[in-house]
Amino acid sequence: MSMSGSAVELPITTDATPEEKVTSRQLKKQLRLQEAKTRLSSPWASGIAIIIAILWTIPTFGLFVTSFRPPAEIATSGWWTVLTNPGFTFENYQNAWSGSGGLGSFFLNSFVIVLPAVVIPISLALLAAYAFAWIDFKGRDMLFVAVFALQIVPIQVALIPLQTIFVNFGLQNSFWPVWISHTIFGLPLAIFLLHNFMKEVPRSIVEAARVDGAGHVKIFFIVLLPLLIPAIAAFAIFQFLWVWNDLLVALVFAPSPNLKPITAAIAQLSGTQGNQWQLLSAGAFISMVVPLVVFVSLQRYFVRGLLAGGVKG
Amino acid sequence: MDWFLNPTSVSDKLIVMVVAIVLFVAIMGLILWLIDRPGVPNWLVVVGFLGPVTIFMAVGLLYPAMGTIYRSFQVSAIVLGANGKPIINPKTGQRTSELTFSLENYTKIFTDPTFQKVLINTVFWVLLVPIVATLIGLVYATLVDRTRFEKAAKALVFLPMAISMVGASIIWKFVYDYRQAGANQIGLANQVLVWLGLEPYQFLLTEPWNTFFLIVVMIWIQAGFAMTVLSAAIKAVPDDIVEAAQIDGATGFKLFRKVTVPTIRPAIVVVITTVAITSLKAFDVVRTMTGGNFGTSVVANEFYTQTFIQGESGVGIGAALAVVLFVIIIPVIVYNVRQMRISEEMR
Repeated sequence: MSMSGSAVELPITTDATPEEKVTSRQLKKQLRLQEAKTRLSSPWASGIAIIIAILWTIPTFGLFVTSFRPPAEIATSGWWTVLTNPGFTFENYQNAWSGSGGLGSFFLNSFVIVLPAVVIPISLALLAAYAFAWIDFKGRDMLFVAVFALQIVPIQVALIPLQTIFVNFGLQNSFWPVWISHTIFGLPLAIFLLHNFMKEVPRSIVEAARVDGAGHVKIFFIVLLPLLIPAIAAFAIFQFLWVWNDLLVALVFAPSPNLKPITAAIAQLSGTQGNQWQLLSAGAFISMVVPLVVFVSLQRYFVRGLLAGGVKG
Repeated sequence: MDWFLNPTSVSDKLIVMVVAIVLFVAIMGLILWLIDRPGVPNWLVVVGFLGPVTIFMAVGLLYPAMGTIYRSFQVSAIVLGANGKPIINPKTGQRTSELTFSLENYTKIFTDPTFQKVLINTVFWVLLVPIVATLIGLVYATLVDRTRFEKAAKALVFLPMAISMVGASIIWKFVYDYRQAGANQIGLANQVLVWLGLEPYQFLLTEPWNTFFLIVVMIWIQAGFAMTVLSAAIKAVPDDIVEAAQIDGATGFKLFRKVTVPTIRPAIVVVITTVAITSLKAFDVVRTMTGGNFGTSVVANEFYTQTFIQGESGVGIGAALAVVLFVIIIPVIVYNVRQMRISEEMR
């Protein structure tokens, strides 16, 4: 019925499918596997795949190599000549972190911003999703449709009045505007997705708890929350990366160096020191290290969260 | 209370972060504790679960959206006194101005050549990024499907999706780096040109093609998303359909075009519309790589420039641009919802 809804309904079968006991099925699977291999071994097909893989890897690799080269080398020779112009240094990272880049303090800001901006919206969304899924009340469907519809409002539309509100409350020098705006902008999608997962819990389980005399709060904490852990993990990773990688909210609500997260700091560095590649290359990788670690270690959850939440923004 | 509203030291920041989370948990805990007792009416339970969210969304999304739409129809005009001269505010010594109703913001966006250029650029972004990214994602997902190195191959293309658009922009800014002819190139793109015996080229400065070199970056970012979703869809194509087609003699490209693509059509629609909306709303690439200069601005970037850099005079235009973004998104979503309805009915 919806964009994100349909994304959720997409069969997410990247993980290995449970082993079937039917041997004929396994056999067919193997045959298809073999056939796929022969198909890719056609020179055109593998050629195209390799070209795409290279195009998608080389740019990142080039900047990565550059970040370890001495500044003089970076400015005078391409990174692909690194074998003939050898030179290796950690100094770029030192400079970017605490020297002229000063990214260390921005890294801390990112960290301070991201935790509440993940915990608060997910907790609120879980409560709301529970109410929409398992509490009967008048106007429930209407309210849910309203929440769903708010997903399509681009955050640009809300920024100016929201900023006025924050200034009126005297919050503009604190992290509160960033936390609150990430919460607000994350809520519609979070509620919608978590509601879908809540709905999948069998009614009989919830009914059984109700018969035992559990109220809504107990059912929420004892019955539903443990069942939803994988869904929560997937969405938490997604929200985490969204907040860490965000530029717009950071520029608008955390403009001062005291609050600015690392992504915004790097973007600014690119504008003011566009030719200082020793600084930019190391800085870029400092800003990317957290997403990369999350990506490599939690790839499966991340992909699941992305499949479910691709429309955020 | 200074650390609470204006934290400056490392410890202040960490403390205020912990306090924020604890405060939130305490308030929510109190609310839930209050409604979790026998005899509490159902409506009060609903308020406990939904109240905070409703307030956040009404105050933080609905009300601001209304405000922005309202503001987009206002321009700042100087108040004239009875004598036809501007009224000077005695306190500030400046002319007083007031906001009056006007369509001027919108007429300016659609008639001023600078803004027309912004709109045209946006159209290229919204068309090219989803189409090319989906095409590449689909081809790649098909080619590496069920091969031995599938996982690693997919991770490579997916990686740009995990890093920020700012990071991706810096990676590509380096690829596009320009040095004068004769000097050693340090950007790979220009080195390739030199290897081919061509002159180095100012990829980011030369209009009108620079917009397309920015679009390349967005395609590079979004292809991973397209590939992941489409790969999941391809794996869900039922075996019997594929086998039936194979018995009928379909192989290779024909199988792909006649069986795979029609079967995963709903997923393709989702990917195209999702990527289209992402590229419409994202301003990170333009902001980081050119700042919207050299004729590369798009609506999302111009919104930011007008609203937050231009100052008071740009706020109305910025509001109108935000509304334009909103209005373009609606038909895309409606199309998407209708397509999903159709495919659900067919099931």
